[in-house]
Amino acid sequence: MPDIQLKNISKHVCSNINLDICNGELMVILGPSGSGKTTLLNIIAGLTEYQGSVLFGGKPVDDIDASRRRIGYLFQQLVLFPHMNVKKNIAYSLELKNLPPDQIEGRVDELLRLTKIKHLSDRYPKHLSGGEKQRVALARALAPSPEVLLLDEPLSSLDLQTAKYLRMEIKQFQKTLGITTVYVTHDLSEAEEIADRIAVVHNGNLEQVATPDRVFFFPESEVVSDFIGAPNILDCQHCRELEQGVVEANCGGLPIIVAHEGNSINRIAFLPSDIFLSESRPPGPGVNRFEGYISHIHYTDDAARVSVDVNGQQLVAGVPFHLMEEMALSPGKKVYLILKLRRIRVYDCSCSDRTHARYRRPAGINAPFPVQKEPVN
Amino acid sequence: MTHKKSAISKLKPGWGIAPVIAFLVIWEVTARLNWVPGQFHFPAFSEIVKEFFNLTSSGVLGENFAASLWRVTVGLIAGSIAGMMLGIVMGWKEIAHKALNPIVSLFLPIPPLGWLPLLMLWVGINEWLPITIIFISSFFPVLYNTIAGIKSVDKDYVKVSRTLGASDLKILTTVVMPLALPIIFTGLRLNAGHAWRVVIAAEMVAIPTGIGALMLRAESLIRIDIIIVCLIVLAVMTYFFDKLFGYMENRVTARWY
Repeated sequence: MPDIQLKNISKHVCSNINLDICNGELMVILGPSGSGKTTLLNIIAGLTEYQGSVLFGGKPVDDIDASRRRIGYLFQQLVLFPHMNVKKNIAYSLELKNLPPDQIEGRVDELLRLTKIKHLSDRYPKHLSGGEKQRVALARALAPSPEVLLLDEPLSSLDLQTAKYLRMEIKQFQKTLGITTVYVTHDLSEAEEIADRIAVVHNGNLEQVATPDRVFFFPESEVVSDFIGAPNILDCQHCRELEQGVVEANCGGLPIIVAHEGNSINRIAFLPSDIFLSESRPPGPGVNRFEGYISHIHYTDDAARVSVDVNGQQLVAGVPFHLMEEMALSPGKKVYLILKLRRIRVYDCSCSDRTHARYRRPAGINAPFPVQKEPVN
Repeated sequence: MTHKKSAISKLKPGWGIAPVIAFLVIWEVTARLNWVPGQFHFPAFSEIVKEFFNLTSSGVLGENFAASLWRVTVGLIAGSIAGMMLGIVMGWKEIAHKALNPIVSLFLPIPPLGWLPLLMLWVGINEWLPITIIFISSFFPVLYNTIAGIKSVDKDYVKVSRTLGASDLKILTTVVMPLALPIIFTGLRLNAGHAWRVVIAAEMVAIPTGIGALMLRAESLIRIDIIIVCLIVLAVMTYFFDKLFGYMENRVTARWY
């Protein structure tokens, strides 16, 4: 499978994008609507004109038509051919190559089994559920043995449960086949769950490319930080294990208890919405409870962000508007903070850096584009 | 709460014939009792049936019907094929649409029968005249529906076909055309009705054979019964053609729409 390089890519909102996607990697392009994610996917597929250069395995493919780039593309709307049954949909690309019928049948059968839809082979798309359509679309995209798989928010129309299940399956297929994959989504949790690395795109600019943990704990710009929910990120100086699975981390003078194995915590992070704010001292044990003074209040579209000075550390809590009115919060007021234990995320340098190192550029990145084994139409 | 079906919606489709029978009975009674005003004799339905058998057994109806049917069939098929061909080119290639649409738009508003005087001079008063008129009347609806059908196909189907390795021609023939069929069929069904209307007019004006000509001769002989027989034949044929195209459309698209 080739690695993909985008060099100085410009098109519509996208300006001067440079991105390297490693061989066999699952790269998620993450960003809000209209940020240019799908445009980037279409550029890699060759479905739109663009400025700059796209390289597969070190060789430019700019002059190669989409039909010959050996890509599998899963569209957001799936676009299964309504006039063909499941089997025909999957066989479409193979029939275009004029392969012998028994070979086509064998390959279709293999994909039906891989995607667990053998029982649906004679059905038409209108008789399939959302999840089943998804599997058919995936099988159809994989049928011509593509070298690059492109997925454009493929699970956005499914219920959460099915989407989560299919996400894991897609990841599993991707690893089994070792296919270089680009997955577009606007959903951070989806990206974190599936990605080897995440490329955060905003207004057509590439803001950061890193492993999911790095993006969350080391956002390189305010745009990235805002997109992931502007978490409170604290550096931890030392930590000690209290008991199995419970660690106390000392972060800038604040003792914070977290659920974690091991004692090499480097950073912790929690979202503003994961802090409770109270005017009176909360009852119960004093674990992950702090008192401080409001230093600043900032209003966003959905909630107020209240900055609280706790022993010199600035913690930001998200407070709904109606609570703001009830509590009459104002700068200088003394408040109590409670951190939700289960929502505190931990960056453990000993394992997170290892993940990051997996996708350093391999030595053979400029290896020649693989010889095509099957004739292309 | 369960939805209760009304008594009318429970009726079997066969009951659709009931209003027709009621109409025919009223017709028969009013004609026999001479309740229909006017200076000419208004024939009862039974007389019409009798005349239908007379005309059929003498071969007059069959001969004229065959002449009209032949003209409709040839004109309709030729006009539809030509309309579809040009429609495919104009719907698929934007450059062709841009170049030809202004011209086509100029010709479209002309009623098909408006061409009659011109065609009488160019084509002459012969068998080709009604065929040419039907060709023109079939051509435009199919042309426009083919363009609309092809343009209505979601561009993502084209994109996904390309990523699956399809050439432009393959995309057109295996994906775009099949998906455009329902709209193209709408044009074909419209045509079937138009063709019968147009052939009658052309035969009345210029051609001595066909159902239209037979009606005109019946008018000069004040044979209202023959005129009504011809009208019934026309109604049945238009209905039949519409159902035929509807059936063909259903056969093609029912499984997937």
